[in-house]
Amino acid sequence: MEIRTLTCIGCPMGCQIEVGMDGEVICSVSGNSCMKGDIYARKEVTNPTRIVTTTVRVEGSVSGAQTVSCKTRSDVPKGKIFDCVRDVAAVSVHAPVHIGDVVKANIAGTGVDMIATKDVP
Amino acid sequence: MNYDIVVIGGGPAGLAAAVAAFDAGVRDILILERDDELGGILNQCIHNGFGLHTFKEELTGPEYAARFIQKVKDRGITYMLNTMVLELTKDRHVIAMNRENGVMDIEAKAVILAMGCRERARGALNIPGFRPAGIYSAGTAQRLVNMEGFMPGREVVILGSGDIGLIMARRMTLEGAKVKLVAELMPYSGGLKRNIVQCLDDFNIPLLLSHTVVDVRGKERVEGVTIAQVDERLKPIAGTEKYYPCDTLLLSCGLIPENELSRDMGVLMNPVTNGPVVNESFETSVSGVFAAGNALHVHDLVDYVSEEAGFAGVHAAGFVLDGCKDEHRSEIRVELSGGARYAVPSSIDPKFVPNGVTIRFRVGQVMKDRKVCVYLDGEKVSERKRRIMAPGEMEQVVLTGAVLAAHKGIGSILIAVEEE
Repeated sequence: MEIRTLTCIGCPMGCQIEVGMDGEVICSVSGNSCMKGDIYARKEVTNPTRIVTTTVRVEGSVSGAQTVSCKTRSDVPKGKIFDCVRDVAAVSVHAPVHIGDVVKANIAGTGVDMIATKDVP
Repeated sequence: MNYDIVVIGGGPAGLAAAVAAFDAGVRDILILERDDELGGILNQCIHNGFGLHTFKEELTGPEYAARFIQKVKDRGITYMLNTMVLELTKDRHVIAMNRENGVMDIEAKAVILAMGCRERARGALNIPGFRPAGIYSAGTAQRLVNMEGFMPGREVVILGSGDIGLIMARRMTLEGAKVKLVAELMPYSGGLKRNIVQCLDDFNIPLLLSHTVVDVRGKERVEGVTIAQVDERLKPIAGTEKYYPCDTLLLSCGLIPENELSRDMGVLMNPVTNGPVVNESFETSVSGVFAAGNALHVHDLVDYVSEEAGFAGVHAAGFVLDGCKDEHRSEIRVELSGGARYAVPSSIDPKFVPNGVTIRFRVGQVMKDRKVCVYLDGEKVSERKRRIMAPGEMEQVVLTGAVLAAHKGIGSILIAVEEE
Protein backbone atom coordinates (compact mmCIF):
# COMPACT_ATOMS: atom_id res chain seq x y z
CA MET A 1 0.00 0.00 0.00
CA GLU A 2 1.27 3.46 -0.90
CA ILE A 3 0.86 6.30 1.63
CA ARG A 4 0.26 9.80 0.25
CA THR A 5 0.69 12.68 2.68
CA LEU A 6 -1.42 15.79 2.10
CA THR A 7 -1.85 19.08 3.90
CA CYS A 8 -5.55 19.76 4.29
CA ILE A 9 -6.62 23.17 3.03
CA GLY A 10 -10.19 23.02 4.31
CA CYS A 11 -9.41 25.50 7.07
CA PRO A 12 -6.36 27.21 8.64
CA MET A 13 -5.67 24.16 10.81
CA GLY A 14 -3.77 22.56 7.91
CA CYS A 15 -4.06 18.97 9.15
CA GLN A 16 -1.47 16.51 7.82
CA ILE A 17 -3.57 13.76 6.28
CA GLU A 18 -2.26 10.34 5.26
CA VAL A 19 -4.13 8.52 2.51
CA GLY A 20 -3.41 4.84 2.03
CA MET A 21 -3.68 3.94 -1.66
CA ASP A 22 -3.73 0.54 -3.29
CA GLY A 23 -3.32 1.59 -6.91
CA GLU A 24 -6.30 3.86 -7.54
CA VAL A 25 -8.27 2.53 -4.57
CA ILE A 26 -8.33 4.51 -1.31
CA CYS A 27 -7.84 2.14 1.63
CA SER A 28 -7.53 4.57 4.53
CA VAL A 29 -7.65 8.26 5.46
CA SER A 30 -6.13 9.42 8.75
CA GLY A 31 -4.81 12.55 10.45
CA ASN A 32 -7.80 14.74 9.64
CA SER A 33 -9.73 16.34 12.50
CA CYS A 34 -13.06 16.70 10.71
CA MET A 35 -15.11 15.35 7.82
CA LYS A 36 -13.97 18.24 5.62
CA GLY A 37 -10.47 16.77 5.74
CA ASP A 38 -11.69 13.32 4.80
CA ILE A 39 -13.63 14.68 1.82
CA TYR A 40 -10.70 16.89 0.75
CA ALA A 41 -8.17 14.07 0.96
CA ARG A 42 -10.32 11.62 -1.03
CA LYS A 43 -10.93 14.26 -3.69
CA GLU A 44 -7.34 15.49 -3.76
CA VAL A 45 -5.90 12.06 -4.56
CA THR A 46 -8.51 11.26 -7.21
CA ASN A 47 -9.80 14.53 -8.71
CA PRO A 48 -8.05 17.64 -7.34
CA THR A 49 -9.92 20.89 -8.03
CA ARG A 50 -9.40 24.60 -7.36
CA ILE A 51 -11.25 27.88 -7.56
CA VAL A 52 -9.30 30.03 -10.04
CA THR A 53 -9.12 33.77 -9.40
CA THR A 54 -7.67 36.36 -11.76
CA THR A 55 -8.47 39.76 -13.26
CA VAL A 56 -9.65 41.03 -16.63
CA ARG A 57 -9.44 44.46 -18.19
CA VAL A 58 -12.36 46.78 -17.68
CA GLU A 59 -13.15 49.68 -20.00
CA GLY A 60 -15.15 52.83 -19.42
CA SER A 61 -15.21 52.77 -15.62
CA VAL A 62 -16.21 56.10 -14.09
CA SER A 63 -14.11 55.20 -11.06
CA GLY A 64 -11.02 54.91 -13.22
CA ALA A 65 -10.66 51.19 -12.45
CA GLN A 66 -8.36 49.35 -14.87
CA THR A 67 -9.26 45.81 -13.90
CA VAL A 68 -12.09 43.81 -12.42
CA SER A 69 -11.36 40.74 -10.31
CA CYS A 70 -13.05 37.47 -11.18
CA LYS A 71 -13.26 33.82 -10.14
CA THR A 72 -14.57 30.53 -11.40
CA ARG A 73 -18.10 30.14 -10.03
CA SER A 74 -17.12 26.71 -8.70
CA ASP A 75 -14.06 24.46 -8.58
CA VAL A 76 -12.33 23.46 -11.81
CA PRO A 77 -9.86 20.58 -12.26
CA LYS A 78 -6.42 21.52 -10.96
CA GLY A 79 -4.89 20.68 -14.34
CA LYS A 80 -7.07 23.37 -15.97
CA ILE A 81 -5.84 26.33 -13.88
CA PHE A 82 -3.52 27.71 -16.57
CA ASP A 83 -6.08 27.10 -19.33
CA CYS A 84 -8.64 29.15 -17.39
CA VAL A 85 -6.26 32.08 -16.91
CA ARG A 86 -5.18 31.98 -20.58
CA ASP A 87 -8.80 31.85 -21.70
CA VAL A 88 -9.56 35.23 -20.11
CA ALA A 89 -6.19 36.85 -20.89
CA ALA A 90 -7.62 38.75 -23.86
CA VAL A 91 -11.08 39.34 -22.38
CA SER A 92 -12.09 42.87 -21.54
CA VAL A 93 -15.46 43.94 -20.17
CA HIS A 94 -17.34 47.21 -20.15
CA ALA A 95 -18.26 49.00 -16.96
CA PRO A 96 -20.52 48.94 -15.08
CA VAL A 97 -19.80 45.45 -13.81
CA HIS A 98 -21.60 43.82 -10.89
CA ILE A 99 -20.54 41.03 -8.58
CA GLY A 100 -21.69 37.78 -10.17
CA ASP A 101 -21.75 39.05 -13.77
CA VAL A 102 -20.43 36.42 -16.17
CA VAL A 103 -17.07 37.57 -17.50
CA LYS A 104 -16.67 34.53 -19.72
CA ALA A 105 -18.99 31.55 -19.93
CA ASN A 106 -17.74 27.96 -19.93
CA ILE A 107 -14.16 28.90 -19.18
CA ALA A 108 -11.61 26.70 -20.98
CA GLY A 109 -14.35 24.19 -21.74
CA THR A 110 -14.77 23.30 -18.07
CA GLY A 111 -18.49 24.04 -18.08
CA VAL A 112 -17.86 26.59 -15.32
CA ASP A 113 -18.37 30.34 -15.78
CA MET A 114 -15.83 32.99 -14.82
CA ILE A 115 -17.73 35.62 -12.83
CA ALA A 116 -16.88 39.11 -11.55
CA THR A 117 -16.09 39.43 -7.84
CA LYS A 118 -16.29 43.18 -7.63
CA ASP A 119 -18.69 45.99 -8.47
CA VAL A 120 -17.03 48.39 -10.89
CA PRO A 121 -19.16 51.47 -11.58
CA MET B 1 -17.87 69.16 12.65
CA ASN B 2 -19.14 66.81 15.36
CA TYR B 3 -19.69 63.08 15.31
CA ASP B 4 -20.44 60.56 18.03
CA ILE B 5 -17.93 58.08 16.62
CA VAL B 6 -15.18 58.67 14.07
CA VAL B 7 -13.61 55.55 12.57
CA ILE B 8 -10.10 56.00 11.14
CA GLY B 9 -9.87 53.63 8.16
CA GLY B 10 -12.48 52.06 5.87
CA GLY B 11 -10.99 48.57 5.59
CA PRO B 12 -12.49 45.43 7.11
CA ALA B 13 -11.88 46.58 10.71
CA GLY B 14 -13.30 50.06 10.21
CA LEU B 15 -16.36 48.79 8.35
CA ALA B 16 -17.17 46.11 10.95
CA ALA B 17 -16.62 48.52 13.84
CA ALA B 18 -18.89 51.14 12.29
CA VAL B 19 -21.66 48.61 11.56
CA ALA B 20 -21.51 47.17 15.08
CA ALA B 21 -21.52 50.63 16.67
CA PHE B 22 -24.58 51.55 14.61
CA ASP B 23 -26.37 48.35 15.58
CA ALA B 24 -25.55 49.10 19.23
CA GLY B 25 -27.55 52.31 18.96
CA VAL B 26 -25.19 55.08 17.83
CA ARG B 27 -26.39 56.80 14.67
CA ASP B 28 -23.88 59.59 14.20
CA ILE B 29 -20.85 57.77 12.77
CA LEU B 30 -18.19 58.89 10.29
CA ILE B 31 -15.68 56.64 8.53
CA LEU B 32 -12.56 58.33 7.14
CA GLU B 33 -10.77 56.47 4.32
CA ARG B 34 -7.68 57.67 2.49
CA ASP B 35 -8.18 55.51 -0.64
CA ASP B 36 -10.80 56.28 -3.29
CA GLU B 37 -13.02 53.38 -2.23
CA LEU B 38 -14.00 51.48 0.92
CA GLY B 39 -12.72 47.96 1.55
CA GLY B 40 -9.04 48.57 2.27
CA ILE B 41 -6.50 45.93 1.38
CA LEU B 42 -9.26 43.39 0.61
CA ASN B 43 -9.73 45.11 -2.74
CA GLN B 44 -6.37 43.85 -3.97
CA CYS B 45 -6.72 40.39 -2.38
CA ILE B 46 -8.57 38.85 -5.31
CA HIS B 47 -7.90 35.25 -4.17
CA ASN B 48 -10.55 33.24 -2.38
CA GLY B 49 -10.61 31.90 1.16
CA PHE B 50 -12.08 34.84 3.05
CA GLY B 51 -15.14 34.57 5.24
CA LEU B 52 -15.28 30.86 6.05
CA HIS B 53 -16.03 31.66 9.70
CA THR B 54 -18.20 34.74 9.16
CA PHE B 55 -20.29 33.75 6.15
CA LYS B 56 -19.67 29.97 6.04
CA GLU B 57 -18.51 30.27 2.46
CA GLU B 58 -15.27 31.06 0.69
CA LEU B 59 -15.28 34.54 -0.72
CA THR B 60 -12.64 36.57 -2.51
CA GLY B 61 -11.33 39.72 -0.82
CA PRO B 62 -13.46 42.15 -2.87
CA GLU B 63 -16.58 40.03 -2.23
CA TYR B 64 -15.93 39.95 1.52
CA ALA B 65 -15.43 43.72 1.53
CA ALA B 66 -18.59 44.22 -0.54
CA ARG B 67 -20.70 42.45 2.12
CA PHE B 68 -19.57 44.91 4.79
CA ILE B 69 -19.68 47.92 2.46
CA GLN B 70 -23.31 46.99 1.77
CA LYS B 71 -24.03 46.87 5.52
CA VAL B 72 -22.52 50.35 5.88
CA LYS B 73 -24.61 51.68 3.00
CA ASP B 74 -27.80 49.95 4.20
CA ARG B 75 -27.43 51.77 7.52
CA GLY B 76 -26.69 55.11 5.88
CA ILE B 77 -23.40 55.44 7.77
CA THR B 78 -21.46 58.48 6.56
CA TYR B 79 -18.03 58.01 5.02
CA MET B 80 -15.46 60.26 3.38
CA LEU B 81 -13.06 58.90 0.74
CA ASN B 82 -9.72 60.35 -0.37
CA THR B 83 -9.46 61.72 3.13
CA MET B 84 -6.24 61.65 5.10
CA VAL B 85 -6.19 61.92 8.88
CA LEU B 86 -3.28 64.12 9.92
CA GLU B 87 -3.57 64.20 13.67
CA LEU B 88 -5.55 62.91 16.61
CA THR B 89 -5.64 64.76 19.90
CA LYS B 90 -6.17 63.34 23.37
CA ASP B 91 -9.46 65.21 23.69
CA ARG B 92 -10.60 63.38 20.57
CA HIS B 93 -10.33 65.97 17.87
CA VAL B 94 -9.60 64.40 14.48
CA ILE B 95 -7.68 66.65 12.12
CA ALA B 96 -8.22 65.40 8.57
CA MET B 97 -8.09 66.77 5.06
CA ASN B 98 -9.33 66.12 1.56
CA ARG B 99 -9.60 68.07 -1.69
CA GLU B 100 -13.24 69.11 -1.25
CA ASN B 101 -13.24 70.27 2.36
CA GLY B 102 -9.64 71.23 2.95
CA VAL B 103 -8.50 70.75 6.53
CA MET B 104 -11.25 69.64 8.90
CA ASP B 105 -11.35 69.63 12.69
CA ILE B 106 -13.78 66.89 13.62
CA GLU B 107 -14.83 66.55 17.25
CA ALA B 108 -15.59 62.95 18.22
CA LYS B 109 -17.09 61.49 21.37
CA ALA B 110 -15.24 58.25 20.58
CA VAL B 111 -12.57 57.33 18.06
CA ILE B 112 -11.88 53.88 16.62
CA LEU B 113 -8.37 53.32 15.28
CA ALA B 114 -8.54 51.01 12.26
CA MET B 115 -5.62 52.08 10.09
CA GLY B 116 -4.41 48.59 9.24
CA CYS B 117 -0.76 47.73 8.75
CA ARG B 118 2.18 48.25 6.40
CA GLU B 119 4.71 45.87 4.98
CA ARG B 120 8.25 45.73 6.30
CA ALA B 121 10.35 47.41 3.61
CA ARG B 122 13.83 46.70 2.29
CA GLY B 123 15.36 49.42 4.45
CA ALA B 124 14.24 47.56 7.57
CA LEU B 125 15.71 44.24 6.38
CA ASN B 126 19.38 45.19 5.95
CA ILE B 127 19.70 43.45 2.57
CA PRO B 128 23.13 44.22 1.12
CA GLY B 129 23.72 45.06 -2.53
CA PHE B 130 22.74 47.74 -5.01
CA ARG B 131 19.45 49.61 -4.96
CA PRO B 132 18.11 48.97 -8.45
CA ALA B 133 14.54 49.09 -9.71
CA GLY B 134 12.65 45.80 -9.45
CA ILE B 135 12.47 45.39 -5.67
CA TYR B 136 8.91 45.55 -4.45
CA SER B 137 7.03 44.62 -1.33
CA ALA B 138 4.69 41.73 -2.14
CA GLY B 139 1.66 43.90 -1.43
CA THR B 140 2.83 46.59 -3.83
CA ALA B 141 3.24 43.97 -6.54
CA GLN B 142 -0.22 42.67 -5.65
CA ARG B 143 -1.74 46.08 -6.15
CA LEU B 144 0.12 46.61 -9.43
CA VAL B 145 -0.95 43.26 -10.87
CA ASN B 146 -4.51 43.06 -9.56
CA MET B 147 -5.68 46.67 -9.60
CA GLU B 148 -3.45 48.59 -11.99
CA GLY B 149 -3.19 45.69 -14.45
CA PHE B 150 0.59 45.99 -14.64
CA MET B 151 3.20 43.21 -14.35
CA PRO B 152 6.22 44.32 -12.34
CA GLY B 153 8.57 41.64 -13.72
CA ARG B 154 9.09 38.30 -15.47
CA GLU B 155 11.68 36.40 -13.45
CA VAL B 156 10.95 36.58 -9.78
CA VAL B 157 12.57 35.64 -6.48
CA ILE B 158 10.52 36.10 -3.32
CA LEU B 159 12.09 36.70 0.07
CA GLY B 160 9.85 35.83 2.99
CA SER B 161 7.06 33.29 3.10
CA GLY B 162 4.36 35.49 4.57
CA ASP B 163 0.91 34.92 3.12
CA ILE B 164 1.08 37.81 0.68
CA GLY B 165 4.39 36.49 -0.68
CA LEU B 166 2.89 33.03 -1.18
CA ILE B 167 -0.22 34.45 -2.81
CA MET B 168 1.93 36.55 -5.13
CA ALA B 169 4.08 33.54 -6.06
CA ARG B 170 0.94 31.97 -7.52
CA ARG B 171 -0.43 35.18 -8.96
CA MET B 172 2.80 36.08 -10.80
CA THR B 173 3.04 32.50 -12.09
CA LEU B 174 -0.52 32.61 -13.43
CA GLU B 175 0.25 35.91 -15.16
CA GLY B 176 3.18 34.31 -16.98
CA ALA B 177 6.14 35.11 -14.74
CA LYS B 178 8.68 32.51 -13.66
CA VAL B 179 8.89 32.41 -9.87
CA LYS B 180 12.22 30.75 -9.15
CA LEU B 181 11.93 30.26 -5.43
CA VAL B 182 10.66 31.56 -2.13
CA ALA B 183 13.43 32.01 0.46
CA GLU B 184 12.50 32.11 4.15
CA LEU B 185 14.96 33.19 6.83
CA MET B 186 13.24 31.19 9.57
CA PRO B 187 13.17 27.37 9.75
CA TYR B 188 9.37 27.51 9.29
CA SER B 189 7.01 29.45 7.04
CA GLY B 190 5.15 32.45 8.37
CA GLY B 191 2.27 31.70 6.01
CA LEU B 192 -0.84 29.57 6.30
CA LYS B 193 -0.59 25.89 5.37
CA ARG B 194 -3.21 26.18 2.69
CA ASN B 195 -1.22 28.90 0.95
CA ILE B 196 1.92 26.76 0.89
CA VAL B 197 -0.09 23.95 -0.68
CA GLN B 198 -2.13 26.00 -3.14
CA CYS B 199 0.39 28.68 -4.07
CA LEU B 200 3.74 26.85 -4.03
CA ASP B 201 3.22 23.07 -4.15
CA ASP B 202 0.58 23.33 -6.91
CA PHE B 203 3.10 25.13 -9.13
CA ASN B 204 6.27 23.32 -8.05
CA ILE B 205 7.76 26.52 -6.64
CA PRO B 206 10.52 25.61 -4.17
CA LEU B 207 10.39 26.97 -0.61
CA LEU B 208 13.88 27.23 0.87
CA LEU B 209 13.62 27.46 4.65
CA SER B 210 16.55 28.95 6.63
CA HIS B 211 17.69 30.87 3.53
CA THR B 212 18.02 34.57 2.85
CA VAL B 213 19.19 37.09 0.26
CA VAL B 214 22.81 38.08 0.84
CA ASP B 215 23.37 40.15 -2.30
CA VAL B 216 21.34 42.01 -4.91
CA ARG B 217 23.04 42.46 -8.27
CA GLY B 218 22.11 45.04 -10.92
CA LYS B 219 22.63 48.77 -11.15
CA GLU B 220 19.55 50.13 -12.94
CA ARG B 221 17.37 47.03 -12.70
CA VAL B 222 17.68 43.86 -10.63
CA GLU B 223 19.80 41.32 -12.54
CA GLY B 224 19.92 38.62 -9.91
CA VAL B 225 20.14 37.82 -6.24
CA THR B 226 22.45 35.62 -4.20
CA ILE B 227 20.73 33.32 -1.73
CA ALA B 228 22.54 31.65 1.16
CA GLN B 229 21.58 29.25 3.91
CA VAL B 230 21.59 30.61 7.46
CA ASP B 231 22.61 28.93 10.71
CA GLU B 232 20.53 28.69 13.87
CA ARG B 233 21.61 32.22 14.77
CA LEU B 234 20.19 33.33 11.39
CA LYS B 235 23.68 34.21 10.10
CA PRO B 236 24.53 33.26 6.47
CA ILE B 237 26.73 30.17 6.18
CA ALA B 238 29.83 30.78 4.02
CA GLY B 239 30.02 28.48 1.02
CA THR B 240 26.24 28.00 0.67
CA GLU B 241 25.71 31.02 -1.62
CA LYS B 242 23.89 30.42 -4.87
CA TYR B 243 23.19 33.03 -7.55
CA TYR B 244 19.75 33.26 -9.16
CA PRO B 245 19.32 35.52 -12.20
CA CYS B 246 16.01 37.45 -11.94
CA ASP B 247 14.57 40.88 -12.74
CA THR B 248 12.34 41.19 -9.70
CA LEU B 249 12.68 40.63 -5.95
CA LEU B 250 9.49 40.60 -3.90
CA LEU B 251 9.66 41.07 -0.14
CA SER B 252 7.13 39.42 2.14
CA CYS B 253 8.88 39.83 5.46
CA GLY B 254 6.26 40.80 7.95
CA LEU B 255 3.60 43.39 8.60
CA ILE B 256 3.78 46.30 10.99
CA PRO B 257 0.64 47.93 12.43
CA GLU B 258 0.35 51.52 11.25
CA ASN B 259 0.24 53.65 14.36
CA GLU B 260 1.88 57.01 13.72
CA LEU B 261 -1.41 58.68 14.63
CA SER B 262 -1.79 56.57 17.77
CA ARG B 263 1.78 57.23 18.96
CA ASP B 264 1.52 60.95 18.32
CA MET B 265 -1.62 61.18 20.42
CA GLY B 266 0.15 59.41 23.29
CA VAL B 267 -1.57 56.03 23.19
CA LEU B 268 0.39 53.42 25.15
CA MET B 269 1.89 50.92 22.71
CA ASN B 270 2.68 47.22 23.03
CA PRO B 271 6.28 46.72 21.84
CA VAL B 272 5.55 43.11 20.81
CA THR B 273 2.53 43.77 18.59
CA ASN B 274 3.48 47.35 17.60
CA GLY B 275 -0.18 48.09 18.24
CA PRO B 276 -1.91 49.93 21.09
CA VAL B 277 -2.32 48.24 24.46
CA VAL B 278 -6.03 47.59 24.85
CA ASN B 279 -8.32 46.33 27.59
CA GLU B 280 -11.28 43.94 27.26
CA SER B 281 -13.32 46.73 25.64
CA PHE B 282 -10.62 47.24 22.97
CA GLU B 283 -10.11 50.65 24.52
CA THR B 284 -6.60 52.10 24.46
CA SER B 285 -4.85 53.96 27.28
CA VAL B 286 -6.60 57.12 26.07
CA SER B 287 -10.20 57.18 27.27
CA GLY B 288 -12.74 56.95 24.43
CA VAL B 289 -10.16 55.81 21.88
CA PHE B 290 -10.58 52.22 20.71
CA ALA B 291 -8.49 50.07 18.37
CA ALA B 292 -9.27 47.21 15.99
CA GLY B 293 -7.95 45.16 13.11
CA ASN B 294 -4.36 45.02 11.93
CA ALA B 295 -3.59 48.40 13.50
CA LEU B 296 -4.13 46.63 16.83
CA HIS B 297 -2.26 43.42 16.03
CA VAL B 298 -1.62 41.64 12.74
CA HIS B 299 -4.28 38.97 12.15
CA ASP B 300 -4.11 35.81 10.09
CA LEU B 301 -7.79 35.75 9.06
CA VAL B 302 -10.02 38.69 8.21
CA ASP B 303 -12.91 36.93 9.97
CA TYR B 304 -11.20 37.58 13.31
CA VAL B 305 -10.58 41.19 12.29
CA SER B 306 -14.30 41.67 11.68
CA GLU B 307 -15.24 39.93 14.94
CA GLU B 308 -12.85 41.93 17.13
CA ALA B 309 -13.67 45.18 15.36
CA GLY B 310 -17.34 44.46 16.02
CA PHE B 311 -16.59 44.28 19.76
CA ALA B 312 -14.57 47.51 19.53
CA GLY B 313 -17.57 49.13 17.83
CA VAL B 314 -20.00 47.89 20.48
CA HIS B 315 -17.80 49.14 23.32
CA ALA B 316 -17.24 52.49 21.59
CA ALA B 317 -21.02 52.80 21.25
CA GLY B 318 -21.42 51.90 24.93
CA PHE B 319 -18.92 54.60 25.87
CA VAL B 320 -20.87 57.22 23.89
CA LEU B 321 -24.33 56.11 25.06
CA ASP B 322 -23.07 56.04 28.66
CA GLY B 323 -22.14 59.70 28.49
CA CYS B 324 -18.41 59.31 27.76
CA LYS B 325 -17.58 58.69 31.41
CA ASP B 326 -14.01 57.94 32.37
CA GLU B 327 -15.05 55.04 34.60
CA HIS B 328 -12.94 53.56 37.33
CA ARG B 329 -11.60 50.23 36.14
CA SER B 330 -10.05 47.36 38.00
CA GLU B 331 -7.99 45.79 35.29
CA ILE B 332 -6.45 42.35 35.62
CA ARG B 333 -3.37 41.91 33.47
CA VAL B 334 -3.33 38.83 31.23
CA GLU B 335 -0.14 36.96 32.17
CA LEU B 336 1.56 34.61 29.70
CA SER B 337 3.82 31.60 30.00
CA GLY B 338 5.24 28.85 27.83
CA GLY B 339 5.68 30.61 24.52
CA ALA B 340 2.74 32.99 24.00
CA ARG B 341 4.33 36.27 22.90
CA TYR B 342 1.46 38.62 23.56
CA ALA B 343 -2.24 38.72 24.32
CA VAL B 344 -4.97 40.96 22.97
CA PRO B 345 -6.72 42.25 25.01
CA SER B 346 -3.86 42.52 27.48
CA SER B 347 -5.97 43.34 30.52
CA ILE B 348 -9.51 42.54 31.56
CA ASP B 349 -12.07 44.08 33.85
CA PRO B 350 -14.77 41.36 34.00
CA LYS B 351 -17.39 44.00 34.82
CA PHE B 352 -17.34 45.23 31.23
CA VAL B 353 -17.61 41.83 29.52
CA PRO B 354 -20.57 40.03 31.13
CA ASN B 355 -20.87 37.81 28.04
CA GLY B 356 -17.24 36.79 28.17
CA VAL B 357 -14.20 37.70 26.14
CA THR B 358 -11.96 36.07 23.53
CA ILE B 359 -8.23 36.56 24.09
CA ARG B 360 -6.06 36.12 21.00
CA PHE B 361 -2.33 35.50 21.00
CA ARG B 362 0.55 34.17 18.94
CA VAL B 363 3.40 31.86 19.84
CA GLY B 364 7.05 32.66 19.02
CA GLN B 365 8.03 29.35 17.47
CA VAL B 366 6.59 26.15 16.05
CA MET B 367 5.57 23.87 18.91
CA LYS B 368 4.04 20.40 18.80
CA ASP B 369 1.81 18.52 21.22
CA ARG B 370 0.91 21.34 23.56
CA LYS B 371 -2.11 22.32 25.53
CA VAL B 372 -3.35 25.83 26.09
CA CYS B 373 -4.49 26.26 29.69
CA VAL B 374 -6.17 29.19 31.38
CA TYR B 375 -5.72 29.78 35.11
CA LEU B 376 -7.77 32.22 37.17
CA ASP B 377 -6.05 32.88 40.51
CA GLY B 378 -4.08 29.67 39.96
CA GLU B 379 -7.16 27.52 39.31
CA LYS B 380 -7.25 25.87 35.91
CA VAL B 381 -10.55 26.78 34.21
CA SER B 382 -9.89 25.50 30.70
CA GLU B 383 -7.54 23.31 28.76
CA ARG B 384 -7.36 22.72 25.02
CA LYS B 385 -5.06 20.35 23.19
CA ARG B 386 -3.09 21.74 20.23
CA ARG B 387 -1.30 19.24 18.01
CA ILE B 388 0.65 22.03 16.37
CA MET B 389 1.10 25.72 17.11
CA ALA B 390 2.90 28.05 14.70
CA PRO B 391 3.78 31.75 14.76
CA GLY B 392 1.89 32.27 11.50
CA GLU B 393 -1.45 31.31 13.00
CA MET B 394 -3.33 33.11 15.73
CA GLU B 395 -4.41 31.20 18.80
CA GLN B 396 -7.30 32.02 21.05
CA VAL B 397 -8.84 31.25 24.42
CA VAL B 398 -12.38 32.11 25.38
CA LEU B 399 -13.28 33.24 28.89
CA THR B 400 -17.03 32.74 29.01
CA GLY B 401 -19.33 34.98 30.96
CA ALA B 402 -20.19 32.00 33.16
CA VAL B 403 -16.56 31.34 34.04
CA LEU B 404 -15.94 35.01 34.84
CA ALA B 405 -19.12 35.17 36.92
CA ALA B 406 -18.04 32.11 38.89
CA HIS B 407 -14.69 33.72 39.68
CA LYS B 408 -15.70 37.16 40.93
CA GLY B 409 -12.92 39.23 42.41
CA ILE B 410 -10.06 37.34 40.78
CA GLY B 411 -6.63 38.94 40.82
CA SER B 412 -4.83 37.06 38.06
CA ILE B 413 -5.42 35.58 34.62
CA LEU B 414 -2.73 33.31 33.17
CA ILE B 415 -2.60 31.79 29.68
CA ALA B 416 -0.10 28.94 29.80
CA VAL B 417 1.13 26.93 26.83
CA GLU B 418 2.15 23.61 28.39
CA GLU B 419 3.64 20.39 27.11
CA GLU B 420 1.26 17.48 26.80
